[in-house]
Amino acid sequence: MNPQFLLEVNHLKKYYEIPQGMFKEKIVVRAVDDISFSIKKGETFALVGESGCGKSTTGRTILRLTEPTDGEVRFDGEDIRSLSYEKMRLLRSRMQMVFQDPYASLNPKKTIREILMEPLRVHNKYEKKERMDKIRKILEIVGLSDHHLDRYPHEFSGGQRQRIGIARAVVLQPDFIIADEPVSALDVSVQSQVINLMLELQKEFGLTYLFISHDLSVIRHMTDRMAVMYLGKIIEVGNTDDVFENPKHPYTQALISAIPANHPRESKDRIVLEGDVPSPANPPSGCAFHPRCPAAMEICSRRVPEETDFGSGHTAKCHLYQMNEKREEKDEHAVIHS
Amino acid sequence: MTIEIPEQPGSSRPAVTPGKQSKLAFLWSSLLHSWTGMTGFIIILLLLFLSLFGQWIAPFDPMHAEFSKKLLPPMTDGHLLGTDQLGRDILSRMIAGARISVIIGVMTVLIAGTFGTVVGIVSGYFRGWLDVVLMRIVDVQLSFPFILLVLVINAIIGTGLKNIILSLAIGGWVIFARVVRSEVLALREKEFITASVATGVPRIQILFKHILPNLFTPIIILSSLQIATYIIAEASVSFLGFGVQPPNPAWGNMLSEGKDYIFSSWWLITFPGVAIMITALGVNFFGDWLRDTLDPELKGE
Repeated sequence: MNPQFLLEVNHLKKYYEIPQGMFKEKIVVRAVDDISFSIKKGETFALVGESGCGKSTTGRTILRLTEPTDGEVRFDGEDIRSLSYEKMRLLRSRMQMVFQDPYASLNPKKTIREILMEPLRVHNKYEKKERMDKIRKILEIVGLSDHHLDRYPHEFSGGQRQRIGIARAVVLQPDFIIADEPVSALDVSVQSQVINLMLELQKEFGLTYLFISHDLSVIRHMTDRMAVMYLGKIIEVGNTDDVFENPKHPYTQALISAIPANHPRESKDRIVLEGDVPSPANPPSGCAFHPRCPAAMEICSRRVPEETDFGSGHTAKCHLYQMNEKREEKDEHAVIHS
Repeated sequence: MTIEIPEQPGSSRPAVTPGKQSKLAFLWSSLLHSWTGMTGFIIILLLLFLSLFGQWIAPFDPMHAEFSKKLLPPMTDGHLLGTDQLGRDILSRMIAGARISVIIGVMTVLIAGTFGTVVGIVSGYFRGWLDVVLMRIVDVQLSFPFILLVLVINAIIGTGLKNIILSLAIGGWVIFARVVRSEVLALREKEFITASVATGVPRIQILFKHILPNLFTPIIILSSLQIATYIIAEASVSFLGFGVQPPNPAWGNMLSEGKDYIFSSWWLITFPGVAIMITALGVNFFGDWLRDTLDPELKGE
């Protein structure tokens, strides 16, 4: 185990079985299909993909909010899948989550004081007197104040609620936070507020983030490395800058070309994908992207592409690059024989 | 001219602030705007008032029989609603009957509601084989007609006020179990429950601190509607000769005793019948209003 990695995910799978009736075969939906990645301490790692590609499920499976079907999740060297419920519960003080919908993720019957006190109480952190000070401090950091303490969630705006959600996640001073589309339910004007808050908190507490999003501009702004998911599989991983500058997989290229231009006169060559994302219950053969891929070849529908390494941790799974490799191999042979 | 902008620290939307105090005010103003709710509320207040202070209001002793005055029509000799076949004052007996109805309605809801809620929570929250077993028991019991079941239980454990409450509760808890279970099933999938799992809250605390407070509203609504059902059921059971035994004045056995005189002395059964109807209607009105106000999503179910 490499000590610089805080989280390692190996061959993680989450399948959902949908019974079709007594005598019919069950449909297996491969929401997360054999994905592996690692996150270094202190970095922000992004999972990108269209709706329904399994990125949220990945986040929830890592925290064991849904049990994985197979695979390994190592947090700080410890395999969390083998932990008992109680041990896992205690470990949760080190790994927290910020949810997508700030309207659904706060209990409507609890005041802000109760919502923020609960994590401290259940994990028995700090002396009882100290807790209130910690809560006040965290409230101040997220831009709320004392007089909000006894209000209920419905009395706040979406942005305020999301900041309460972030405060709840941070109040325990965890090492690792999974943020599941934390800004996609918010107005654009509030989004940057929340994102800057998350960056500030990262600096202050040395947090490691797994940032799940479909918003590429946000990802470019705040993440160090990113993984692109398509139909439950990771198809490209790399440093965020590398991937944006030089996307390898045709799907990544299409995603990045879809970012709105910065200036009205700026011309962009858009790659417009046709068709919809296929159902994960019945994924296409070979490379799952081939029916929509502008560069699809004959082999794409037959074989699942292997990983190609482009250096400095940038990898992609696409036959385009494997063909090159093979051609090079052949060339080498040719040279030797001549 | 200056426009004053209220200070909103960091908010893009003005915050509405109905605290706990104003929630009652909100309920009250909603009640004022609903004539059915208000009607129900007044009927319930009247019923409570009669059951608490009835013995001082009633013009005669409800148990005192005077054969010389039997079957007097309404408005004679000071008997506002007339007398029955034993010469007892019908108004006084009805006021005493109100007390029995209230006791039965409230006590049954308390017992059936508590038991049903516990079963529903255990079933819905812990799932597994226990859920399967409990819900099949509920299914079996729901396949019996409610009144028949109450009669059978009554026949086994005997009649009387305590036993009728017990048998109504045994017959009625399944509704609570069903409703609470489905509420719990819906609640446990809510994101704020997932959030408290992610926070690391122990399972038992999630149940008591997050799920239970959110069950309060549906249980209150269901209870108010079930009270009417139990009052009618008690009347039916008493009418059939089980339940509250004569000479105690329950509306149901007043009907039962009066039915032989239906063609000669209509007032014997008309007034208790109307009382049952008005009570059930009032409680239902109130329950419907409560449901529409507290839980707009349930409207029309």
